Amino acid sequence: MSSLSRRSVLKSAALGSAAAVASPYVSGTYAAGTLTLGCWDHWVPGANKALDKLAKDWGDKNKVDVHIDYITSQGEKDKLTAAAEAQAGTGHDIMSHRDWNIRIHQDKLEPLDDLVNGLIKQYGPISPVAEYLAKIKGTWRGVPTTVGSQVKPCCSRFDLYKEHAGLDLRDMFPADASKWDKAKVDSWTWEAYVTSAQKLHKAGFPIGNPLGQTSDAVDWVGGLFNAYGVVMVDEKDNIKINSNETRQAMEIAKKIAEVMPPDVFAWDDAGNNRWLISGKGAGIMNPPSAWAVAKRDNPKVAENCWTHPVPRGPKGRFVGQLPQFYGVWQFSKNKQAAKDFLTYISQKESVGSLVEASVGYDLPSFKSMYDFKTWNEVEPPKGTVYGYPPRGDEQTSITGAPARSEVGAQIYNQAINTVMVSKFTQGKEKLDDVIKWAEKELEGTLRA
Amino acid sequence: MADTVQTWGSTVPEKAVAKPNKMQKFLRQRSTIAFLMCLPLILIIVCLVIYPAFYSIYLSMLNKAQTRFIGLGNFTFLMSRDTFWQVVAQSTIFALSAVFFKALIGLVTAHLVNNLPAKGQRKWRGMLLVPWVIPLALSTLGWWWMFDPTNSAFNYTLRSLGFDGIPWLSDPYWARFSVILVNVWYGAPFFLIMYLAALKSVPEQLYEAASIDGASAWQKFIHITLPMMRNIIAITVLFSLIVTFANFDIVQIMTAGGPRNMTHMFATYAFLLGIRSGDLPLGAATSLFMFPILAVAAIFILRGVRKRGREIG
Repeated sequence: MSSLSRRSVLKSAALGSAAAVASPYVSGTYAAGTLTLGCWDHWVPGANKALDKLAKDWGDKNKVDVHIDYITSQGEKDKLTAAAEAQAGTGHDIMSHRDWNIRIHQDKLEPLDDLVNGLIKQYGPISPVAEYLAKIKGTWRGVPTTVGSQVKPCCSRFDLYKEHAGLDLRDMFPADASKWDKAKVDSWTWEAYVTSAQKLHKAGFPIGNPLGQTSDAVDWVGGLFNAYGVVMVDEKDNIKINSNETRQAMEIAKKIAEVMPPDVFAWDDAGNNRWLISGKGAGIMNPPSAWAVAKRDNPKVAENCWTHPVPRGPKGRFVGQLPQFYGVWQFSKNKQAAKDFLTYISQKESVGSLVEASVGYDLPSFKSMYDFKTWNEVEPPKGTVYGYPPRGDEQTSITGAPARSEVGAQIYNQAINTVMVSKFTQGKEKLDDVIKWAEKELEGTLRA
Repeated sequence: MADTVQTWGSTVPEKAVAKPNKMQKFLRQRSTIAFLMCLPLILIIVCLVIYPAFYSIYLSMLNKAQTRFIGLGNFTFLMSRDTFWQVVAQSTIFALSAVFFKALIGLVTAHLVNNLPAKGQRKWRGMLLVPWVIPLALSTLGWWWMFDPTNSAFNYTLRSLGFDGIPWLSDPYWARFSVILVNVWYGAPFFLIMYLAALKSVPEQLYEAASIDGASAWQKFIHITLPMMRNIIAITVLFSLIVTFANFDIVQIMTAGGPRNMTHMFATYAFLLGIRSGDLPLGAATSLFMFPILAVAAIFILRGVRKRGREIG
C-alpha cells in the first residue's frame, strides 16, 4: 500500500494545476469522486454516444468518474424521475429537464448565473425562449442543453408542393440564407399555407399537424397564435384571449383543420412523423427526426423532404421552440464538478460533436452556433435540414409566454390552445363559447 | 471415520434442556411467529401504501409551492373548475359502465365455464385468464396499435370488408368507448375467476332439491345462485369500482385524456396537473377527490356483506 505524503500531494496538485492551465478548457474544480447525470434518452440512434464520449474525456482529464443514466421521455419517465428526486432530496447531481421543468423545480436547483452568463459573454445572445424558461426571478436555474433542444419548422415534401400546389420550396428557401429572395420568403404566409394545404388535400396528399394535447400540437398552434398576435395571458396576469387576433388565428386554424386527416385529434408526437414517413402526407411541422427515420424506413420520402421556416402572420414568423436544460440539484454532492462539466459540454467544440451525432436534430440555444456544417451537409437531398435552425425573420416562441412562467407552464401543459382549436373545429362549438371556455381555464391558471 | 463418531442422548448436559427464558417463550408464541412472518408484508404496506396515502393527504393541503398549509383550498379550487367536473363525470361513466360490463361478462362466462365438462375446464379457465395476466401497459399498447388513429388494424379489416373505418381514438365518444372496452377486456377475467369460485362453493344439494320442486334454470339462478353469490358480487364490485376509478394506464397510453379532455380520469388529470404542470398539491387533491365517496360506499357494502355473513352463519 503506497503512503501519501504531504510532498506527493502538493506535487500532484501542482501537476494537475499545470495540466489544467495548459488545456483549452480551464477547470475551476478541485473535483474528484463521482458525478452522476440523469439525461434525456435521445431519439436519434447513437446520439447518446457523443455525450458519453464528452463525459469520458472530461472525466479522465479531471479525475472524475462521470456516470450517465439515460432516461426516456416516453411516458414522461424523465419528469417523474425528476419529481421523485426533488421530493426525496436525493438522486443525480445533474438532471436534464425538458421544457417547463426548471421552473417547476426552481426552489431545488442551484443558481447557474456564473456559468450561463459566462456562456452568453462567450457566444452572444441566448434564445429568448430558453431565458424565459430557465431564468427565474433574475437567476438562471438551468443551463440550456444542446441535446434534445429543438424547434419545429415545416418539414415538407418539395416534390408534392411543386406538383400540386405550384410552390418550389427549394427555390424559396435554398440551402444558403444569403440567397433567400425577400419577396419569395415574405410570400410564405399562413394564408399561403392554407391555400397550398387545400390544394394538397385535393390532390390526395394532405398536410398533417397534430391537434391532440401533446407538445407538437401545442407548438405549431402556438406559432400560429403568435403570428397573429394572440396573447392568452400577459405578464401582469391579464387574460387577453378574447380578442380579434384570437378570432383571426382560430379561423385560420379551422381552415387548416378542415384539410388535414381527421385522425389529427388523436395524434401524439409521433403521429405526424408517421404521416410523413408513410408517404401519404405532404408536410408536417417537426424537427428533422421524421426525415431521419424516413431515411431509414422510406428513403424515397426522405429524398423529397425539405425543412424550411414556418409561415408568417401579421405579427411575424414564429416557430415553436422546446429547449432542454441541465439543472444542478441543491442536494448534489459534487456541485463544482457539475458546473465545470456543464461548462465543458457547452463549449462550441463540444456542441458541434453533439449536433453532428444527432444528425442536426439537436439545436443549441445560441444563434452564433447555427453555423455548424452538419446542417449544410446531411443528405439526402443535400441541404435538406439547412432551414432547421431559425434563419431569416423566423423567431422562436413558446406557448404560454409572455405570462409568468408559473402560469405559462399550465397553459402549455394543459394544451389550452389546441383544445380551443379542437372545440371549434371537431366539436363545432361557437367561437365565442370556445373563447369563454378558454377565459375560464386561463383564470384557473392564475391561482396563487 | 470411526474416530469422529459421538454418542448422544444421556450424555447431553442438563443445562441444554433448561427452561426457556422469557424471550424464548415470547418468540415461541404462535401469535408472535405469525406477526414476525407477516412483518415483511406489514412493512411493505406501511412504506408503499399507508405512508404515501397519508403523505398525499398532507400534500393536498399545501399551496402550489408546498410552503404553506391551505387546508381544503385545493379541493375548493377544483370544485370551481368546469374541466374538473367534466373529469368527475367521465370517471363516473367510465367506472360504472366498465364495472357493470365486467361483472356481467364475468358472471355469464363463469356459468359457461362451470357447466363445461371437468376435463376441458382447466384449459378454458387458463385461456380466459390471459388478459388479466398480461402486464396492463403491454396489452394496452397492443390495443393502441389496433386502434391506431391512422393505421388501425380494426379499420383495415373493416375497410377490406367494404365498411367505413371508425375514428376509434380521434372522436371523443368513440375514444371513451375504446378505453372502456379495453378496461372491460382486462378486468372481466377477475370477475370470472371470483364468480367461478363462488359458483363451485354453492352446495349441489340445493340445485337438486330445486329440480325436484320443478324449478326452471332461471329460477335456480335467481333463487339459489344469486343469493349465494351476493357477498362475493358485492366485494368484487367494490374492489373493481375502486380500482377502475383509479385507472391510469389505459387512458394514459391510449388517449392521454384527449381529444378535448374528454377521456380524462382522476388519475390522468392528476398526472397532468401534478407532474406535467408542476402543481403536486393540486394533483394530489384531484386523486384524493373520490376517496371519501368510495370510503363511504365501501363501509355500506362491507356492512351488507357482514350482515349477510351473520345471517348465513
